[in-house]
Amino acid sequence: MADITAPAYRIIPIIPALIPDAMAGKGPYVANDKINEAIGFPGQLVEDWHDRAIAKMGELLSKYRSLKVFMDACVHCGACSDKCHYFIGTQDPKNMPVARQDLMRSVYRRYFTLPGKWFPKLVGARDLTREVLDEWHNYFYQCSECRRCSVFCPYGIDTAEVTMAAREILDSVGYGQKYSNEIIGKVHKIGNNLGLPGPALIDTLEGLEEDVKEATGIDVRFPIDVKGAEVLLITPSADFFAEPHIDSLIGYAKVFHATGTSWTLSSMSSEAGNFGMFIGNYDQLRKIAMRIRQAALELGVKRIVVGECGHAWRVAYSFWNTLTGVGDGADANDKFAQMLQKQLDHRYKQPMHICEFTWDMIEDERLSFDKSLNDKHIITFHDSCNVARGSRMGNLPGGQFEIPRNIIKAVANNFVEMSPNTTHERTFCCGGGGGLLTDDLLELRVKGALPRMEVLQQAVDEHGVNFMATICAICKAQFTKIMPIYGFDRRMVGGVHQLVSNAIILGDKK
Amino acid sequence: MNLMIAILFYLATLFFVVGLFHRIRVYASTPAPLKIPTTPAPTTTGGVVLRMTREVVFFESLFKANLWTWAMGWMFHAGMALVLMRHLRYFTEPVWGWVVLIQPFGIYAGIAMLIGLCGLWTRRLFVERIRYISTPSDHLMLLLLIGIVSSGLLMQFFVHTDVIAVKNYFQGLLNFNIQPLPVDITLALHLLSVVMLLVIFPISKLLHAPGVFFSPTRNQTDNPRENRHLSTWAAKLESEK
Repeated sequence: MADITAPAYRIIPIIPALIPDAMAGKGPYVANDKINEAIGFPGQLVEDWHDRAIAKMGELLSKYRSLKVFMDACVHCGACSDKCHYFIGTQDPKNMPVARQDLMRSVYRRYFTLPGKWFPKLVGARDLTREVLDEWHNYFYQCSECRRCSVFCPYGIDTAEVTMAAREILDSVGYGQKYSNEIIGKVHKIGNNLGLPGPALIDTLEGLEEDVKEATGIDVRFPIDVKGAEVLLITPSADFFAEPHIDSLIGYAKVFHATGTSWTLSSMSSEAGNFGMFIGNYDQLRKIAMRIRQAALELGVKRIVVGECGHAWRVAYSFWNTLTGVGDGADANDKFAQMLQKQLDHRYKQPMHICEFTWDMIEDERLSFDKSLNDKHIITFHDSCNVARGSRMGNLPGGQFEIPRNIIKAVANNFVEMSPNTTHERTFCCGGGGGLLTDDLLELRVKGALPRMEVLQQAVDEHGVNFMATICAICKAQFTKIMPIYGFDRRMVGGVHQLVSNAIILGDKK
Repeated sequence: MNLMIAILFYLATLFFVVGLFHRIRVYASTPAPLKIPTTPAPTTTGGVVLRMTREVVFFESLFKANLWTWAMGWMFHAGMALVLMRHLRYFTEPVWGWVVLIQPFGIYAGIAMLIGLCGLWTRRLFVERIRYISTPSDHLMLLLLIGIVSSGLLMQFFVHTDVIAVKNYFQGLLNFNIQPLPVDITLALHLLSVVMLLVIFPISKLLHAPGVFFSPTRNQTDNPRENRHLSTWAAKLESEK
């Protein structure tokens, strides 16, 4: 892995020339029997994979309007063709969103449309051969499902939906990805992506209490499995031990402490992340989300708050109500959802992002800060793709952009923006999202980070930025890994609540 | 010749209407199990209508993506809208007032269409990325449209055809009473190309026209926390437990 180097910055951000097959054969490891069977997929590529894949595709086309419309509607206008960070970084034409979709669309046309059946060459239709299947495995695991392309498509075609469908088909024939499927197995078995068992978790939290006491002299608690607590915090498991994630966990705890909120973690449901979304499998997505419902019911909490994690927030905000009833507005006859919704306190949003929680408290003047404690930082903010384009915070569209920035400005003095073409809804993925945060895809991850690194460098040169805040566990892990390859200090990356933690005044309010 | 074109028009129109309605029914009846609007998204139905209107009338997303493609594409589509309205004069008697009013603009619109189409094709031929993603049918469809527009403009400006007779012919078609059609190669080319387009429409990428209205990333309201969104097949998973 040591031989992976960062691609050169583009002097002016021109659209790169194509290098066909630049990333051929550079896809991820294939999941083995043990990993696949543990989560109910065929162990390895089944003999009748062709027929089963086509049947699965037909099933998905009838279950998802998105897939059906997206397969038909593309006119090959090319609006998306230069929008993907993986294309910009690798120059492989199959990493252009439209070309990635066409890997599947060509098969769709062959088996599901008249022109494709009669004149395959004319409309670019092709048989599903083993080569095509391999190509799917290679390139649909070079998409981070960040949805940037969907912002620019005149029909709103979202490559993430196509990628998810392709991964679902691959899994159904026993040809899934090692990293994602292994992690899903761990969640089911242990309750979090890292496979951190309950006792180890409790140990870690006790250690944290000691650390914070040592640093601040104050007893900030990290409660777990407390029945009757008001808030259940669901956070990515990386927050429990990874750097810099853990500093944000300390930040959440301090916010709860300072506002006198009773809260708890759950050892059974100690994961916000949901890789079921990454592989496009509704059953897995639902099953993983159900752990949160179960924990909420068992602990009898009134509110569910979600920590800093991009795709988790998309799942929580957009899907939890559908999947598990964590939300509001269920039909009176909807017993499944009502059971939980009756328990929750609907004066608050359900679920709520930790940034919404903290910002509400700041607005209510229930928190105070010494902003100068963040003066060593010149801060910029990296919008995480799933938060930016797949969710919201607060009451207004775009709250997902404003609230984290408002928090940063409330706790620190130096904040600057990166180039507007790469923030808000146009933000670039960190390069490691969507189930690609694995070392077997390191080259892709390094190259995919290029557009973000370019504008970060610009912000460093122009404003002396030395801290890039973000609210996603995957962004944090990806950046700490790849930024040194681009010549940045890995400690430049951290969470918004890390900054909150630095500046918060605990104990009695001034 | 009169009869052949008449039969082709009847069949093509039938295929177009049935095909298109079939597709729209499929789109409408296929569930969208999850909330996936591309955010920031409107939180109310009114907001969604506005967003969709901006998308369909102004091509908002394409504008964000690429100004050249937007300019060419918008010129072509807006031109086509006017030209189609202008053609209503062949199907109405007496011709509606507003259709009379737009007649002169329709001619410029035809020219705008041609410029737009040529621009789009140039892009498809010479921009490496777009050439890479183009299939033969992508080129042929542009060619077909260019054929329709140029034959139309040709008849407008150079080889005038007997438009009174053409109108008679289409009035006849509407009443299942087939009238003579001027013998004119440009006209025949124009009409046969349109027949071709009608046939291709419901089985090709031209479905982007109805498709955009059904695109969940554009037509969903952003209110998943406030309302529980549940598709029929997803609801069944709950009763199984």
